[in-house]
Amino acid sequence: MIELTINGQKRRVDAESDTPLLWVLRDDLGMMGTKYGCGVAQCGACSVLVDGSVMRSCVTPVEAVAGRKVTTVEAMEKDPVGAKVVEAWVKHQVPQCGYCQSGQVMAATSLLKQNAKPSDADVEAAMVNLCRCGTYNAIKAAVRDVAGLEKKA
Amino acid sequence: MNLPFQTPVNDPVNVSRRGFIAGAGAGALVLGFGVPMGAARAQGAAKVVPGTRVPAFLAIRPDNTILFQSPFAEGGQGVWTAMAQIVGEELDADPAGFTVENAPPGPDYQVVFGQMRITGGSFSVRSSYATMRKLGATARAMLVQAAAQKMSVPAGELTTEPGRVIHKASGKAMTYGELAPAALDMPAPANVALKDPKDFRWIGKRQARLDVRAKSTGKAQFSIDMKVDGMLHAAVQHAPRLGQTVGKIRNEAEVKAMKGVHSVHVLPGAVAVVAERFWHARRAVEATQVDWAEAVGETYRPMPADFSTEAFAQYLANYQGKEEVAETAGDMAAGFAGAASTVSATYHSQFVNHAQLEPPSALARYNADGTLDMWFPNQAPEMFLVEVAKASGLAADKINIHSPLLGGFFGRHFIYPHGTPWPQALELAKRVGRPVKLIWTREEEFLRDPLRPMAAVRFRGALDAKGMPIAIEAISVTEGPTEGIADKRAAKLDDAALEGLTGKKYALPAKRIAQVFVKSPTTLAYWRSVGNSMNDFFYETFLDEMADKGGQDPYALRLKLLEGNARLTNLIKAAVDLSGGWKAGPFTAPDGSKRARGIAMASPFGTETAAIAEVSIADGQIKVHDVWQAVDPGSIVNPAIIEAQVNSAVALGLSEVLIEEAAYKDGLRVARNFDGYPILTPDRMPRVHVRIVESGAPMGGIGEPGLPAVPPAVANAVSRLVGKRLRKMPLAGFA
Repeated sequence: MIELTINGQKRRVDAESDTPLLWVLRDDLGMMGTKYGCGVAQCGACSVLVDGSVMRSCVTPVEAVAGRKVTTVEAMEKDPVGAKVVEAWVKHQVPQCGYCQSGQVMAATSLLKQNAKPSDADVEAAMVNLCRCGTYNAIKAAVRDVAGLEKKA
Repeated sequence: MNLPFQTPVNDPVNVSRRGFIAGAGAGALVLGFGVPMGAARAQGAAKVVPGTRVPAFLAIRPDNTILFQSPFAEGGQGVWTAMAQIVGEELDADPAGFTVENAPPGPDYQVVFGQMRITGGSFSVRSSYATMRKLGATARAMLVQAAAQKMSVPAGELTTEPGRVIHKASGKAMTYGELAPAALDMPAPANVALKDPKDFRWIGKRQARLDVRAKSTGKAQFSIDMKVDGMLHAAVQHAPRLGQTVGKIRNEAEVKAMKGVHSVHVLPGAVAVVAERFWHARRAVEATQVDWAEAVGETYRPMPADFSTEAFAQYLANYQGKEEVAETAGDMAAGFAGAASTVSATYHSQFVNHAQLEPPSALARYNADGTLDMWFPNQAPEMFLVEVAKASGLAADKINIHSPLLGGFFGRHFIYPHGTPWPQALELAKRVGRPVKLIWTREEEFLRDPLRPMAAVRFRGALDAKGMPIAIEAISVTEGPTEGIADKRAAKLDDAALEGLTGKKYALPAKRIAQVFVKSPTTLAYWRSVGNSMNDFFYETFLDEMADKGGQDPYALRLKLLEGNARLTNLIKAAVDLSGGWKAGPFTAPDGSKRARGIAMASPFGTETAAIAEVSIADGQIKVHDVWQAVDPGSIVNPAIIEAQVNSAVALGLSEVLIEEAAYKDGLRVARNFDGYPILTPDRMPRVHVRIVESGAPMGGIGEPGLPAVPPAVANAVSRLVGKRLRKMPLAGFA
């Protein structure tokens, strides 16, 4: 048994210590918002926050997050920064197919939690998840909006 | 593009209320429309005119929200929002109040030109626009009739405002939700009047997408997210080469003993492990040591052990075979005999993966009552129903096909032999007697994903003394996707092989466009913008090559070749205007970088496009700074979605022309994940500027048309910048 803190709740799971956090979230805890895209930390669809920093859960062994705070997309609307990101995603009509967007929202939230006023270079360095629908410009606009970098309409 | 798909059977099956009930939401009492099942079955499906029976599409709840059964799958292209706008416009109901679901299989939903149901070919809106408007108007008329009865006033005295029927003289009003139960019994009027487009309230406006919030909060559910009680998970290991079979599993006992493993299975061309958790299944199947046996007898497109894409490209370039002419005009012999100069060159395209972010999955559940439920990503539920019936041996009316949101598709989710996991999930569920969800890992997906075809095109061009093109010949050595999927040639040429070489609108006095058929050792597929995804690259870059030869400016040359074509002249001028005026370069940008621009046009899927790209080269890599694209789809439904789709198509077009190549060596895929098969990353996304031109021509598509002009615009820009022609995707040799 491994004890985890997911979105502020203590959860106990019967998983081997090297099981990726992604599959514990999805199959043991039934939390389907975090997505599998590649399994090798290339695409970022599986991004979650661990102690406020973005991590790719597909290559993060569950034992590595025992005793640490894991936050997933399911908690974003209740997170002060996450809620702003979600609203910006809606305002800028970011998603198309939507499959990568859980991870994109987590990456943006991680950036803005650590740096409320990121520069364009900071945004470019942080927002590296793949999107096959090519929503990159909308993602950038939404993040810049939350960061106060967008021109006022 | 023609309809490259079989016409589905119109079995009288599954005109079902299931979708309505499932979609109504917990506890919601649906008093609105519902499918009149008895009547539907008594009528017989033969009499169903697709897109006409209001109850098959619409349920209006007491709270006035509207549930709409979409004939089209939502995979990011925005079609559910577009459907709500079109139906809502004529129904007089705010599209923002719509909930949209993918309709179950049924004859009502064969609304693509009234004869089939696919989500593809950029057909959805343009093929069903009139039908869906009429459906909305019919529903509105039924509500008005119901109100006339309830209020005891003549229907002619009633009007509507969004969601309500109004009797102005008395001030009475009833909501659609209140009227829906009675409206169900009203006869559908034969000829309803449609709105004058000048009165449109929602069509043509920037309506917010209905699915954006759910997709921004992790609530959107895709096939891979489906789960049912008692479900087991499965993973597979495919044979490295298609056609190989399982000879022997060397360590089956050890695999069976691994944690969580339920059972190990030999499937055609694959081994599968069924387990309590997907991670257990995956780890066990990857630990499985298999001796693969070579294909025996006739199998579907077996992969040769010595196949390499590099050698295949040379083979295609040099192959001499029968030239089958798709399009010809004028006197080619005279054109070349009288030419002041000629130019010839061979161009290449590559295999590419769909690389949609959602890996394919399938969930199969046999039920105690003898029925079967299946969930898997698909762009054509009725066609898959036929296939599942064949594979399961069950009658179609015992099968429920569920079609969740698509995590990207780009042509990935049609019927591709050996290219989808549902047959494996079905077989495993049958064997273990429990529901099974099978996910293909990214590695298994890239191994079995059928590919966009590869081609070598041999061009010849003739120019007159003024340097103007007077004749063009394009011989494409390739296999089209339709003939590739069928694994058999049809009586006529596969339009999808040459579209984009054919159908060009330039007024050249003589042309000859032909295919030399060479079967591809790989499996093939439709890929966003299909033949146009490579053929406009070929044509438009060779056109620039002719312009260079004749000393012509590429924009001036195109304008000249479009003389008399007001629509395309206007369109290319719109693209140039959007870009701030034509300048080919090379020129020095304010940041000191040396840049150039390229221009190209395409006529894909009923829409006309013109694109301009500005590029530089830095650190040995092409940098695309801006793409300006003007699109003329005739008329439009949602400009915001069009802009998003053009952005999306630009990204995929750039990914194709700059980066992607599905390579084989020794019969094996060189790369099976995004580390070895990179796709466009955020740092390489250019600014995208879109201008929508509504010429009033018949409505064209939107999902795909933004792609084809982008690769040649970029290639033409890079060729101008470096002073030599680049003739192969992905672009190389520019540094």
